[in-house]
Amino acid sequence: MQILTQNFNIMNANRLSAYLGRDGYKSLGRLFSLRPEDVIEEVKKSGLRGRGGAGFPTGTKWGFVPKNSDGPVYLCVNADEGEPGTFKDRMLLERDPHKLIEGTIIASYAIGAKTAYVYIRGEYAKPCKILSAAIAEAYENNFLGKNILGKDFGLDIVVQRGAGAYICGEETSLISSLEGLRGYPKIKPPFPAIKGLFGRPTVVNNVETLSSLPFIVLNGWEPYSKIGTKKSPGTKLISVAGHVNKPGVYEIDMGLSLISFIEKYAGGVWKNRRLKAIIPGGSSFPVLSAEECANVNLDYESMISAGTMLGSGGMIVMDETTDMVACLKVLTDFYHHESCGQCSPCREGSGWAKKIMDRIVAGLGTKKDLDLLLDIADNMAGKTVCVFADALAMPIKSFITKFRAEFESRCL
Amino acid sequence: MNDNIEKNIKRASLLSLLWKIQNESGFISDEDIKKVSVSLEIPESEVYGVVTFYGMLTRRKLGKNLICLCSNICCWLRGSGDILNYLKARLGIGPGETTKDGLFTLFTVECLGACGGAPMMMVNGEYFENLDYNKIDDIINGLKCRS
Repeated sequence: MQILTQNFNIMNANRLSAYLGRDGYKSLGRLFSLRPEDVIEEVKKSGLRGRGGAGFPTGTKWGFVPKNSDGPVYLCVNADEGEPGTFKDRMLLERDPHKLIEGTIIASYAIGAKTAYVYIRGEYAKPCKILSAAIAEAYENNFLGKNILGKDFGLDIVVQRGAGAYICGEETSLISSLEGLRGYPKIKPPFPAIKGLFGRPTVVNNVETLSSLPFIVLNGWEPYSKIGTKKSPGTKLISVAGHVNKPGVYEIDMGLSLISFIEKYAGGVWKNRRLKAIIPGGSSFPVLSAEECANVNLDYESMISAGTMLGSGGMIVMDETTDMVACLKVLTDFYHHESCGQCSPCREGSGWAKKIMDRIVAGLGTKKDLDLLLDIADNMAGKTVCVFADALAMPIKSFITKFRAEFESRCL
Repeated sequence: MNDNIEKNIKRASLLSLLWKIQNESGFISDEDIKKVSVSLEIPESEVYGVVTFYGMLTRRKLGKNLICLCSNICCWLRGSGDILNYLKARLGIGPGETTKDGLFTLFTVECLGACGGAPMMMVNGEYFENLDYNKIDDIINGLKCRS
């Protein structure tokens, strides 16, 4: 089923005229006939879960915003895509920006926001330009601004460019950055739905999550809930990269088997080589060995029972020639570089992990270093303000435990 | 309440203001930090803190052309290491350095969200994907001609 990608190959799909010809903004008619609380209920029933990585039920998240609060409520659109292996939101921003705008109107109406901030990563200059042009077109045609389509609801969308910080994709860090602060994550609770941007109730939703909304509102919750699996309904964008013949962004019904995805969509492992490992949900989640990949499906529950997570759907495929030690070094370098430095276990732990990996790659590591790495990982996960520390702990633990022999062969 | 809102909005404009300065002058100087601090009524130390937090903001003058090669996992799996060595040899500089003629600065950067076109790099804000040595030659020669 194509819900998110059906306009990807249409000429000028980023232009309003093309979008309108593809049922664009059609959901707004039904939207404004519903009460905001009914919209929240519909989205809850649809089973839509956050597509940024956490998989939290979207309608439930909206439901946390206090009713009748005495001031502004904000929606933040998380377009700070930075999880290594993830490039799906860029496609949505470049190829179907009006769908995101339509979804943003829906979410804002549901939670009572009159201003929505799109936080887009600094490097996405082209997607930012395309989205901004689409927003301007939407204003000109009264899909944004005051009294949208003559109704008693108005919305402004403000685009804010980030400036190169992975951590700003974390929702409280994103809020800090929007506020003009260093992008430090904040302690939860209070959750953003209670105290978010400028201290006001705020919902942060991912680009893909919002882009799924027009279908749900236009067709009602039921058709959406019937796609995919019972607990993970709907479609998901998978961006697949690494050692496959056809890297790219593909839309799948949740629950598709991982191996058939690799074969049917990604064109199989490249150069006729055998599969060695897959990180299914972006670099922050545990790696699966080839044997583990055999019986796992692409949905939240199946991934969790396999000991990993669907995450953002940023899939990284490694063939049999891949040097797993060097691979983990690349990852520790990344997490060390991007640790925001606020919490000691993460700031210091990522630095230690990097130094030990440097030592192992240089041929100077010992087998004890592997246990030291595991110990560091244990002392990082769950001990910091945000889950960044866990995001390094998970690859460290999974790489070393699943490919221990390879690591040991490189140690003194 | 109104005072707070005004203060919030002023503060929230910081990142955009820093972008504007960098786009105009190429980098953010000590003098710029002082000016921003006065105009937005934010302590200098906090402006400095924000400038140094974000990887794309720079405190020093860079080359006329900025080459940012992705060195993260998907690009690495598809040969960004070789591409980096080629760039280093072609330009005669390492990551973080600027050529003597001031034409090029080279950086290795983290995932730019173009893993489907790995290995890739960003040159002056524009993405170049599926890199090989010939493509690198074309890009560098093109930039040299334009300069």
